[in-house]
This record gives sequence, structure tokens and C-alpha cells, in this order.
Amino acid sequence: MVNMIKVGMADLNTCKTPDAITTLGLGSCIGVVLYDPRKKICGMVHVMLPDSTATKNNENLAKFADTGIKQLILELEKLGVTKSSLSAKIAGGAQMFAFNTNNDMLRVGLRNAEAVRKVLASYNIKILAEDCGANYGRTIEFYPETSELYIKAIGKPLKII
Amino acid sequence: MVHDHLEEFSDMEFDVLKELSNIGAGNATTAISTMMNLKVNMNIPVIKFLEFKELAEVIGGAENIVVGILLGLQSDLDGMMMFLMDRSSAIGVINTILTNNGAPAMAPDADFGEMDLSVLQELGNIIAGAYLSAISTLTNLTITATVPSLAVDMAGAILSVPAIEYGKVSDKALLIQSEFNEEDLKVDGYFILIPTLESFDKIFSALGM
Repeated sequence: MVNMIKVGMADLNTCKTPDAITTLGLGSCIGVVLYDPRKKICGMVHVMLPDSTATKNNENLAKFADTGIKQLILELEKLGVTKSSLSAKIAGGAQMFAFNTNNDMLRVGLRNAEAVRKVLASYNIKILAEDCGANYGRTIEFYPETSELYIKAIGKPLKII
Repeated sequence: MVHDHLEEFSDMEFDVLKELSNIGAGNATTAISTMMNLKVNMNIPVIKFLEFKELAEVIGGAENIVVGILLGLQSDLDGMMMFLMDRSSAIGVINTILTNNGAPAMAPDADFGEMDLSVLQELGNIIAGAYLSAISTLTNLTITATVPSLAVDMAGAILSVPAIEYGKVSDKALLIQSEFNEEDLKVDGYFILIPTLESFDKIFSALGM
């Protein structure tokens, strides 16, 4: 029996095959999956904001791209995974509402995706697949057995990256 | 008092926010009543300060399909305001308004058409406008709202927008749940007011706190 491990908003968790890991209804947030394809161990963080240093309320490490990814790597290392064996797949970062403005509040999806790419690059972790942007919500599931990321959206066919 | 965190708000400040929400939602109900030409009742709004992970659960789970209408706030208050309702409530509203004008009723599993979306957008506009005007009157602050933007999607995805804004200052968000009903129609509506911290402080000081 495969357990589906849930990751909430501003939350992170790890998982080993045969289990799978999921986060539901990603909007402008980003689901970052880090995985070791040989050991079939993975972790997921549901990042809400790009930068922990831009806000005073930064106790929840999983909330930010910089501290969330760092913490996830630490958790994976505890499971015996080395950083150099990790690859990444990411999804989310949608702009849910269309506004004719450059209001930063509304472009956060885009900024989240940029921040995640930058943080992963700083750890030399390659993004092997991504499904970011557009204007719709996504539910994602990652299966460490096959390293496949399933992306479900309303009114759209299942996408596997 | 100037706050760095939402968690720093005193009980009295929360009571003030609750009361503002209550009056705003009441005003919005009157506006819906007028728009639909029906006598609409409103239950006393339930106001909750919820953790992000609980937020979507209240609205039927992260994958529940909801309609979200978002407006930007300008002038004296900066921020956003969102009105949400679940899919069946939205269909109920559309059917009440459009069938009165001779259109066929919408099936529960049908997709929203252009006309339907435009009805919902207008409803959101009226509700949000009534809500904001109540706050504006009470605080004597000028609040202008942008043209609303509408999205139909998973609750988690829609709620990520206000949650991210709240996320800068808190790990919780203020959700106002109100239920409107008429004989055959029950609308579960939710307001989320998302002022910046500075704007919260402006509201409090405008009320002499």
C-alpha cells in the first residue's frame, strides 16, 4: 500500500519509495521536489515567498525559497542523501488573478519561481523538469520510485514531468 | 501602536476588526438583496484567525472548486480584498439572477460561460464595494478599489494569493465567513481583507486606538 504524504502550505516533508508525496492546490506558491533517483528518496517544500530576509516574520523556514530549500536539504541529509546526488523538479508559481498592473503583490508567482531557480543554482542542484507560471492552480504528486511528478489542474489533462 | 506582526494585535484590536467585518458583511448582504431583488437573510458572520493550512479546509479542502474575486485597495488603505464562494453557491446565484431574465438554469456540473462569469464579477464588485464602504464610513478613511479580477479554481490555489500577503507578516490569516440565504438559495461566502500592516495601524488610529 502506497502512502501519500501530504505537504501543507509553508510546510515540508520527506518520503521514501514506495510512498509518494503531494501538495494540493498550489497557486502562486511553488512546490519544490528534491530527489535522489538512485536511493529513491525525496523531499518536498511548499514555498510561499521568495526571500526570508525581506520580512521580519521569518520563523517558519518552510515558507521561503531560501530557508525552505536549505532546510529540505538538511532533512534529506539526515536520511543519508548527499547534496550532490540531488535533482529538482518544480511546479506552481501561477498568477491566479489578472490585473493590469505591475503591483508586486500580484507578481509573486513569478518572483517565487525566479527565487527558487536561483537558490537551487547556488547549491548546484539541477532542475530537470518544471511546470511554472500560467494562471491556474496545480495539485502535484511525486513518486520517488520513478522520479515522476504528476501535475493535475482543473479542466486539463494529467501532465507527467 | 505600530505592529511588526499580526500576532501582536491585542484582543481589543481583534474585536474592532471583527466588528468592522460584521458591519461590512451586513452592508454587503443588503447590496445582494437589492441586486437580486430578493429578501436575503444573513447569519452572523463567523470570524476566524486561521493558520494557512486550515484556511482551505474551511472552504471544503484545498482541491474544492471555488470562485474568487480579488480587488486591489488604494488611497488611504493599501492591500487587497477577496470574496470567495463555493461552486454550488455561485451556480445558485447565477440561476437566480439569469433565470429571472428568461435564461435556462445552469446544470450543477456545467462550466461557467462568459455571461455567468460576468454576473459573478458584478456580484463580487457589489459585495466588496458595500463592504469597503462600511469600513470607509466607520474609519473616515478613503478607500478605493481596483476593477475586480475573477478566478475559478482550486481553493488552495485561490487562497494562496491572500495567504502569501498575510505570510509576510503572519502565519495566520483573518477569514470572515458569512452565509446568505433566501428560500431556495444558500450562499456560503467568505471575505478576506488583506491590508498591509501599515493599513491595519491606520484603521486602528482612525478609530482612536
